[in-house]
Amino acid sequence: MTPRSMVGWGAVALVGAVCWTVLALSRGENVSALWILFAALSSYAIAYRFYARFIAYRVLGVDNTRATPAERLQNGADFDVTDRRVLFGHHFAAIAGAGPLVGPVLAAQMGYLPSTIWIIVGVIFAGAVQDMVVLFFSMRRNGKSLGQMIREEIGTVGGVAALVAVFSIMIILLAVLALVVVNALAASPWGVFSIGLTIPIALFMGFYLRYLRPGRVMEVTGIGVALLVAAIVGGNWVGQMGLADVLTLSPNNLVFALVIYGFVASILPVWMLLAPRDYLSTFMKVGVIVLLAIGLIIARPMLQSQAVTSFALNGNGPVFSGKLFPFVFITVACGALSGFHALIASGTTPKMIGKESQVRMIGYGGMLMESFVAISALIAASVIDQGLYFSINSPAGATGGSPGAASEFVRTLGFSISPADLAAAAKSVHEITLISRTGGAPTLAFGISKVFTTAFGGGLAAFWYHFAIMFEALFILTAVDAGTRVGRFMLQDTIGNVWHRYADISWKPASWSASAVVVGAWGYMLYVGVNDPLGGINQLFPLFGISNQLLAAIALTLCVTLVLKHGKAKYVWVPGIALAWDLIITMTASWEKVFSSNPKIGFFSQRSAYSAALDKGKLLKPAKTMDQMQQIITNSTVDGVLMALFAVLTLIVVASAIPVWIKAAKLGGLPTTEAPYEPSHLVAPAEIFATALEKQAVRDYEDYNRKLAVAPGVPL
Amino acid sequence: MMNSAVRVGRGIRWYLKQVTGEAKWDEYLGRARSEDFEPMSRRDFERHRSEHSEKNPRARCC
Repeated sequence: MTPRSMVGWGAVALVGAVCWTVLALSRGENVSALWILFAALSSYAIAYRFYARFIAYRVLGVDNTRATPAERLQNGADFDVTDRRVLFGHHFAAIAGAGPLVGPVLAAQMGYLPSTIWIIVGVIFAGAVQDMVVLFFSMRRNGKSLGQMIREEIGTVGGVAALVAVFSIMIILLAVLALVVVNALAASPWGVFSIGLTIPIALFMGFYLRYLRPGRVMEVTGIGVALLVAAIVGGNWVGQMGLADVLTLSPNNLVFALVIYGFVASILPVWMLLAPRDYLSTFMKVGVIVLLAIGLIIARPMLQSQAVTSFALNGNGPVFSGKLFPFVFITVACGALSGFHALIASGTTPKMIGKESQVRMIGYGGMLMESFVAISALIAASVIDQGLYFSINSPAGATGGSPGAASEFVRTLGFSISPADLAAAAKSVHEITLISRTGGAPTLAFGISKVFTTAFGGGLAAFWYHFAIMFEALFILTAVDAGTRVGRFMLQDTIGNVWHRYADISWKPASWSASAVVVGAWGYMLYVGVNDPLGGINQLFPLFGISNQLLAAIALTLCVTLVLKHGKAKYVWVPGIALAWDLIITMTASWEKVFSSNPKIGFFSQRSAYSAALDKGKLLKPAKTMDQMQQIITNSTVDGVLMALFAVLTLIVVASAIPVWIKAAKLGGLPTTEAPYEPSHLVAPAEIFATALEKQAVRDYEDYNRKLAVAPGVPL
Repeated sequence: MMNSAVRVGRGIRWYLKQVTGEAKWDEYLGRARSEDFEPMSRRDFERHRSEHSEKNPRARCC
């Protein structure tokens, strides 16, 4: 390091240390949200510069003289050398979704500090490590999928367990995401109006690209975004248009609509609905994230929540039950560590990397960016009035649904908000009510609306609220479309092993029935969540969080296995500490969810409490009828069984890996399925900003290749 | 000043073209020129590309 960069990094470290100290010491006073923002940014910078570099060059041993699969197998389609910055965009768009937005909002019930620490520390030592290491190992194996790598490197039993886990966890994921949308749109005619219009807008874009002006994606996205904004603005007048009653949908009607939509979208050709929606949602995603970061810096909001609330210590919070350990970790989920990213990092991304060293920027850097999204969401949830926060996020069974009852309930929690203020808050964003609008989206939208209104002025609170709802709903729906399709392919592929014809994706009976099975599965869980008397988010979100973290444990098990097999036992602690911590939190959480004797936490003790009451013919709150009692019993059984199943599947993968670890450690390495070395003939920079030396190297390389020049001039 | 604004503008345009996949068409035309073959129409080219994405769904994460 040069003296200059030492001073520079010293300054970054100092900023970070000051921010963390302020956050650690401030209690009960006004704390600016910017402390969190800059604590995060400076920590990311240091982690990227030092830890990610160490992992890339020491642990993984990235080798720029080695040709990547994109270079060796280039076919212009799957395998395609892609500019690192472009690939970063693709990868980020694929990994970022509603998870990092919703998780921190719910976890905010424990105060801002625990989530802040976990989002930042977790991403640095676990989440980003997982993404980068899986990406690297998949790249070294020509882009093999997570399941394939587990089967080949650990064993068939582990492979099958991983496959079942991935499929069933995906179903839960889709159901919970869809539940977030249902809760955001129920009783919101404005929301239904603008989200509903995205379907014709996307169809229009699809036909435009197919028939009118093929390939003009930028142009059509511009038109689409303009129409989208018009749809959001237009929602303001649903009342005047006489549509308010028609568009005020009950949660069950929305479930019905979503299931039909999900099925149709997954069997329609991609160009018609899925691809154009994806353009819109990616544009909105990036736009809102950038806008939110700017908005936060301009608005400099004060944190309204406590650093650590009593719910963190007592585990009796209304949003979800359980103490800080382990539930804050599994609730934050995707923003710190997300098992699902392992599927992306072993999917399309590894087939498009031009240079091995770029795994650092794309894998580690992409996840840091996602973590930053989670931090922004946490801030947005922590700057709204806490009485309002708990009124929005407590289940209907607790708040009673009316402003008076909700205000009283919030008072029993130790916060205060008057019924008039609750009604005024709903009115300010043109919603019928904000009480018990669980799922995180309305809270986040309210927070974003507050930040934007402060930052940009103009009294557009209602517009910004619905803008934020649209942004979340749009990419949740894209995730639902894409997820259903991926699930359908997985199912067809699996059944195709036994019945070959079923694997043919152009055979309609197979694709339609597989789609129906996938939609039916998440649709059932969604229905259960929407009608759960105990509150669906309250029940299902822990299941979602734990299953996502369990998938991460499976991915990290593979990382540990491969580090050992490659004979790098001395560095095994890098994925090892992430795996150990993840196993501790997921196993504790699953254990509590299955075996806890507290009916608010343990699914089975919940089941027995309600069935004992039902046998005596008694009603147990918040159930109001015997049917609801029965419903709670069924739901907690299903949830408990799923929870146990996920945990057991993960343990099977880990258990089948342990003998491989021991053998590899003893022998100092084992043969793997890594593709053999071939020299690279490509020159490309490693990081977002190319160094002077790299620029020169690329120029020389391009001059050399001038006669073959096919690529248009790439600005560096 | 003006120069750097133009450069940034060009950079953004280049990036958007790449990310949206529009650049694939230009690359294809470039290849057709340098390898001297008759390129297919843009409509067929894009159809070919969407056919491929039909069979290779890209997951969108949580």
